[in-house]
Amino acid sequence: MYILYIYNIFKDDKGKGKEVIVNILISNSSKEPVYEQVKNQIKQSILKGELKKDDPLPSMRRLAKELHISVITTKRAYEELEREGFITSFVGKGSFVAAQNIGPIQEKRRSVIERRLSDIAEESKNLGISLEELKKMLDMLYEEDEK
Amino acid sequence: MENAVTLNNVKKSFKDFQLDNISFSVKKGFITGFIGPNGSGKTTTIKLMMNLISQDSGSLTMFGRDHAEHAKHLKQRIGFVYAENHFYEHLTVRQMKRVIASFYREWDEELFVKYMDYFALPWKKKIKHLSTGMKMKFSLACALSHHPDLIIMDEPTSGLDPVFRRELLTILTEVIQDENKTIFFSTHITSDLEQIADYITFIHNGKIILNDTKEALNDQYHIVRGANERMDEDARHMFIYARETSVGFEGLTNQPEKIRRKMGQHTVLEPASLEDIMVYTTRSERYA
Repeated sequence: MYILYIYNIFKDDKGKGKEVIVNILISNSSKEPVYEQVKNQIKQSILKGELKKDDPLPSMRRLAKELHISVITTKRAYEELEREGFITSFVGKGSFVAAQNIGPIQEKRRSVIERRLSDIAEESKNLGISLEELKKMLDMLYEEDEK
Repeated sequence: MENAVTLNNVKKSFKDFQLDNISFSVKKGFITGFIGPNGSGKTTTIKLMMNLISQDSGSLTMFGRDHAEHAKHLKQRIGFVYAENHFYEHLTVRQMKRVIASFYREWDEELFVKYMDYFALPWKKKIKHLSTGMKMKFSLACALSHHPDLIIMDEPTSGLDPVFRRELLTILTEVIQDENKTIFFSTHITSDLEQIADYITFIHNGKIILNDTKEALNDQYHIVRGANERMDEDARHMFIYARETSVGFEGLTNQPEKIRRKMGQHTVLEPASLEDIMVYTTRSERYA
């Protein structure tokens, strides 16, 4: 079974406030649990800067309805996002994007990439793959992704 | 968390079947799916909740009140949708509505008209001439039109096409946007619950086997597949049910971490669907 839901307008429940476009795609055939899919996609939007500090998130019940998933699932996603410091929730008011200290997070992610690249560089040297060839491979992978 | 309904050691015996001291609760503000094979006691449990039959022993409270003592008051707060037709066949939709509306103090005619339009139901048709789907829609319109706090449905999706089943699920998620509303519905079509249910109660042979959030079940219950060499006496104890064939085994477990540690890389673990859980659990009971 493969069902895809796209939910793309974040705004507060009263319809006021600014609208932020965020896509959440749920795949029922993915091995990743649904709550994690929701959590990770909201996290990505925050890290990419699509969702900014104080942007309101839809209520758990509303998001559950729009995505056709259970309230407990959205609750779990929100709770974990809160625990990780990405959002803050206020009783009766809802959940909002928290102030992010994105610098260190991005730096950490960069260092992960650097580490992986150094592995790849070493492995390539062992196999006799030239830098030129490696760059070409990377070019192709980047283009593939954009399609 | 508040309970809309609580059953405590409820027992009900019939000649050939009994509800065996069942205890569980329905959480307020959520959708609870009530699953189990045919003849497992779903309808009996619902009849008890509706006070259509009374238990031999044990207690049943609804919104914190004893449900038999306050039956009259509580019925006003319940919207009931029944799979089989419980209307007068010879009446028209409009006449039947008048009968039903007269029972409820909170009947909202405007809301009912809205649902009639939304479901495209004919006012003048006789009940007996309605299709299965239309009867179901009419039943749902009646149940929702007196602003119930608790909606109890017995097999509402059986006999419905997938299009309307999906529509029904959307209506239910709409209803619980109000966190004071509670939905309890029985079904053997578990895929309906896979998406929207918050809690799952699983009954089999008159006993409650499971009563938990769907999230917890998803974490815990896994289907494991692997080569027969991996299976031994030790491992068998970690399975609720396992089927061994000449090309490998397949089983249901609620100890995925242990299995992962013991069997390691050469087995495949996947989250079990509600159907897997229902089928394998009932099988293990049959052959135990």
